[in-house]
Amino acid sequence: MTAEPQEMAASRTPGAAISAFLSRRPWVRLTALLSVPLLWLVLVYVVALAALLVTALWTTDSFTGEIDKTWSLDNIETVLTTALYRTVTLRTLGLAVLVTLIDVTIALPIAFFMAKVASRRTQRILVVAVLTPLWASYLVKAYAWRSVLSGGGLFEWLGQPFDVQSPGYGMTALVITEAYLWLPFVILPIYAGFDRVPDSLLEASGDLGGSGPQTLRWVVMPMIVPAVVAGAIFSFSLTLGDYIAVNIVGGTNQLLGNLVYTNVGAANNLPLAAAIALIPIAIMIVFLTAVRRTGALENL
Amino acid sequence: MSKHSRPSGRRVFGVLLASVSLALIGACGGDDSDSGSDSEALQELGENEGQVSILTWPGYVEDGSNDPEVDWVTPFEQETGCEVTSKVYGTSDEAFNLAKTGEYDVIAASGDLSLRLVAADEAAPVNTDLVSNYDGIFDFLKDTEWNSVDGVNYGIPHGYGANLLMFNTDVVQPEPTSWSAVFDDASKYKGKVTAYDSPIYIADAALYLMKHNPELEIENPYALDEDQLAAAVDLLKAQRENIGEYWSDYLKQISAFETGDSVVGTSWQVIVNSLDSANIKAILPEEGSTAWNDTWMLSSQAENVNCAYAWMDYIVSPKANATATEYFGEAPNSEAACAETVNPDHCEIFHAGDEAFSEQLWYWRTPIAECLDGRTDVECTDYSQWTAAWTEIKG
Repeated sequence: MTAEPQEMAASRTPGAAISAFLSRRPWVRLTALLSVPLLWLVLVYVVALAALLVTALWTTDSFTGEIDKTWSLDNIETVLTTALYRTVTLRTLGLAVLVTLIDVTIALPIAFFMAKVASRRTQRILVVAVLTPLWASYLVKAYAWRSVLSGGGLFEWLGQPFDVQSPGYGMTALVITEAYLWLPFVILPIYAGFDRVPDSLLEASGDLGGSGPQTLRWVVMPMIVPAVVAGAIFSFSLTLGDYIAVNIVGGTNQLLGNLVYTNVGAANNLPLAAAIALIPIAIMIVFLTAVRRTGALENL
Repeated sequence: MSKHSRPSGRRVFGVLLASVSLALIGACGGDDSDSGSDSEALQELGENEGQVSILTWPGYVEDGSNDPEVDWVTPFEQETGCEVTSKVYGTSDEAFNLAKTGEYDVIAASGDLSLRLVAADEAAPVNTDLVSNYDGIFDFLKDTEWNSVDGVNYGIPHGYGANLLMFNTDVVQPEPTSWSAVFDDASKYKGKVTAYDSPIYIADAALYLMKHNPELEIENPYALDEDQLAAAVDLLKAQRENIGEYWSDYLKQISAFETGDSVVGTSWQVIVNSLDSANIKAILPEEGSTAWNDTWMLSSQAENVNCAYAWMDYIVSPKANATATEYFGEAPNSEAACAETVNPDHCEIFHAGDEAFSEQLWYWRTPIAECLDGRTDVECTDYSQWTAAWTEIKG
């Protein structure tokens, strides 16, 4: 077949003309194809991060709120040297670690039961049950915990016979709320991880004399570590950046997100907010590097 | 695969480069630099634009959606044909940022916001001749330091009132008469004390110290030198031990008092009214109080200037002003408004027009380096220092 009749046919409609044009110029085609995702990537991630870094180097006129675009390291220095930011960073980090540990501890047996023990039917119901809370708004769930934990709330009412008091608003309430909010994000990847472990391996381990705990430790665990890490990344990073639940159930406590929020919203000090925002970014980089070292990322 | 369709590494790089530059060209839109607002006030009113957008404290622009009985927006809309959209804010700092977006035509601003708006070129001068109801307003509210700069008027006075001490009478006994209930005696209600979540709350502590620690020589709670600020910060840090939670969202404050999670703290009359509960009381403590004195301001970026003027004229008219200020729980702005209140004693309760009383209240101001109390031998702490102190207090 020669090229000529094809081209004549193609030039009849504009769409066909374009497609003919592109088919002869693969570089134009590839450029057009890549532009949109790259625009997204560059704008949303690279430019935003760069803007954040640059903003952190500016300062604000406190009275008019105008940004003064002379370079200075004042904000970074403030963030690194002030005791307040250390305290808040440690509090935030502690909360994120604790929430992640709690979520993984709860998610492991649930996910195992869902993937390996439950019948097909129960499995489906359980997946739906785990997913259902995600249909409700984050705010609704946070405010629900606010009323559960309030004075005379559900928690106190249920705890009354056992003389259990509501913890009130504060760190404990925050740990409970955050652990609840992010649990589905931890259960789902771990469930998927367990699901990928073939039953035959468990049987083989049993046949070779491995006890239940041994099978779990030496056969199952190595295979689901990537899934656990994936879940942990979710709960860790979501907790690290949260500031809304803190306002609702956190009592007087501040997290890094709140400091960013007050500096953007109340103090109108965008540069300082940007400098503070670099802390969780740094933490996440360290965390992800550590995760990468374990090799878990390659198996995701 | 043919030779043609396998790109070499270098060519792939070329394509990537081209894509990135395309992406960046798309990204770099025009940076609209604002050409500063003209300082000339409007001389003549034109035709109404059909809509006006208002940035306001809660309880100032009620269209019946919170309470069907409470509605003074609908009559305005019918009268002028200006459709009202409103946005409610919780702190002056929040309002400052919202105002800068330029989405609002009219802003209800307290004294700690109004001058910042003027300084940031966000407020336009207001021609009071175009506001026919301006004449009736109490003279002592006009041309004050928070609504006029260098003889140019930037707003129409709305009303004023004090921050109150609110408490739950079931728990807080005997009934407090002093702010010491939330400072020196706060430990009695540990974990159930609340405070306003804004740096401006430092002035409440400063006012308390002004009355109880004369050796600090505080003359004006908004003019604090470094030692005085440090003393206020210490007082607030001690208070924090007893705070259950801070509030800036007035709905959160209402729910906290309803459930009993908070039993004593600073509050507004509108919150007391919303709670409408026999065991919740609010008083003006013996030290006096910090207070607000609010101004309707015109945004320099206003698109609906005529409707904005129409709103300002309407909301300060005796009837509307009486309804709005009575609902919020503050003093109206004119003698004529006092005659329109549902409760005939409203103006007496809130000391409307009582200049001597008004002088005992410390209206919110923005602290600046040049001491507001007239001291020249020392530099005062400015609002950015207050903000830093506030985050430090909250820890």
